[in-house]
Amino acid sequence: MGEVHPALILLAGGLLLFALPTGPRRVVSVLLPVFGFLNLLAIPEGAMWQITWGGYEMVALRVDKLSLLFGYSFHLAAFIGAIYALHLKDRLQIGTGLIYAGSGVGAVFAGDLIALFVFWELLAITSVFLVWARGGERALRSGMRYLAMQIASGLLLLIGAVCCYLKTGSLSFDHIGLGATYHYLLLFAFGIKCAFPLLHNWLIDAYPESTPAGTVFLSAFTTKTAVYALARGFAGEEVLIYIGAVMTIFPIFYAAIENDMRRVLSYSMINQIGFMTVGIGLGGALGINGAVSHAFNDVIFKGLLFMSMGAILFRTGSIKASELGGLYKSMPWTCACCIVGASSISAIPLFSGFISKSMVIQGAADSGAVVLWLVLLFASAGVLHHAGIKIPFFAFFSHDAKIRCREAPLNMRVAMTISAVLCVVIGSYPPLLYDLLPHPVDYVPYTTTHVVLQLQLVFFAVLAFVVLMLTGNYPPELPCVNLDVDWVYRRALPAAVRGVVRTGGPIVDGFFAGGKALVQKLIAAIREQHNTEGLFGRAWLSQSNVLIAIIFLAIYLIYFF
Amino acid sequence: MNDSPKKNEAVRRLVLGFVACCVSLLLLDLIVHRHLSFAEGLLPVEGWFGFYAVYGFVSPYALIVIGSIPLRKLIMRSEEYYDG
Repeated sequence: MGEVHPALILLAGGLLLFALPTGPRRVVSVLLPVFGFLNLLAIPEGAMWQITWGGYEMVALRVDKLSLLFGYSFHLAAFIGAIYALHLKDRLQIGTGLIYAGSGVGAVFAGDLIALFVFWELLAITSVFLVWARGGERALRSGMRYLAMQIASGLLLLIGAVCCYLKTGSLSFDHIGLGATYHYLLLFAFGIKCAFPLLHNWLIDAYPESTPAGTVFLSAFTTKTAVYALARGFAGEEVLIYIGAVMTIFPIFYAAIENDMRRVLSYSMINQIGFMTVGIGLGGALGINGAVSHAFNDVIFKGLLFMSMGAILFRTGSIKASELGGLYKSMPWTCACCIVGASSISAIPLFSGFISKSMVIQGAADSGAVVLWLVLLFASAGVLHHAGIKIPFFAFFSHDAKIRCREAPLNMRVAMTISAVLCVVIGSYPPLLYDLLPHPVDYVPYTTTHVVLQLQLVFFAVLAFVVLMLTGNYPPELPCVNLDVDWVYRRALPAAVRGVVRTGGPIVDGFFAGGKALVQKLIAAIREQHNTEGLFGRAWLSQSNVLIAIIFLAIYLIYFF
Repeated sequence: MNDSPKKNEAVRRLVLGFVACCVSLLLLDLIVHRHLSFAEGLLPVEGWFGFYAVYGFVSPYALIVIGSIPLRKLIMRSEEYYDG
């Protein structure tokens, strides 16, 4: 146990931030991820931190290439997030933000299911404060719904872990696969956090309700921890290919008609996680490498897009496409960074998305899955439309909403610039990321064919947008709410319960009232028999007693005769 | 979407320049020797001239016109829908 657990620095440091005054808090908040990262570089691979607890030996730290990649990614995200949050005076956001980051780090280094469960729940509990930090009734309610889903995921994980122990006598967290019932419990637990279709709405609901800095933290850790857990436990499971394919498709239909820009990004986030899920389902070196490298890149470019939208929300007080436009004049730096993020998510050559997403798509081609490949290509062109074009276009260009504001604060610009530079550096020099991947990389993204074809796909998808805009066929930006799965538990279920109470109430009342009347009648009848006139209460004559005795004697005689 | 003639002219030039880029990229298809993603014979259409360009154009167009616009009619509610 000579090594310092990587999660400990962020967890303990995050707690310390609550006690520090503003100045030192700012310095420490940026230094913590740096110390954590340096510590990570010094940790050897293997299983460590074996803690014996009630006869059971828990492995709280397991280091290998897969966990290290996510560890680096999370420290990077925490560092960029801390810079982005430097202007804040509020200690809640940065404190819980870093503890939340530490929980993510703990989860990806957890060597067994119990350690994973502990950090899994810690992720849920700490992150909800980032939603609540926004203040107000909406954030409170959204946070409650978010917390309920996250805790449900944790409980499924716990039940799955206990079943696993009872069946196999082991809790080690390695490849799980699908077979026994408890495997499905674990898949569901990971699936909730991974925003599988129908289980996804917590993400769409809560992330856009958080503060500008809160959403940046939220976008990095929860879903990527789940992607890590899937890659560790369910690599090569075919069902993930289908789930992932659905995840790449359905959010893009929503993103086109969504007005809240951070909600558009949340939908496109599910689309990106879909690519990762497909990669994990495909398995093999190419699939897993593609999935985890895309997760690494997504943390950076999705974080960058959320930062640019957060900066707009911070400066203008609005994040609705219908109220924005023409902001490139006031916020040119933010605009440039946002375009870099948009280019990365659109997988344009020289930007980071290009070198990772293409691995997953090539993985589909290598496995001979024609339909899947066509679906992924469709989703790729689709997400370009929303995250790639819609976000920068409606915020910074389009019609001028006549909003004149100051450029984002310096710390926000620094954070966005770091991310933007990383997007370009990783995209232009792939070995930087490829060398960190769990499997040796035998894939060359920059071939003439690939670059030309990808550019054709991208340019013609943009052309489709141009044609739709010029012909007036692009759905206009309207202030609205779009119904999604949350309608079921926010509207349909409460209405059903109210309906049952309304129609069933009188019946239930009638039943109880009738029962009560019946019991009352019975009591009255019994009481009547006990008063002076009643069967049991009245004074019986001695003749009658003699008569009764004779009758009983007669019965007795007849019986024994 | 723009009001002043000067702006309209700028947009027109921008669009023309962009279309020129698209056409050049499409013509590159004739020059570049392409490697197929799939094993031979699985998806021959992938090697056809302009496949990626057509697919790139049609998929988001269809996505909006036959996907999102009808979907909006079905699921769009007022902003206060959940507040009431």
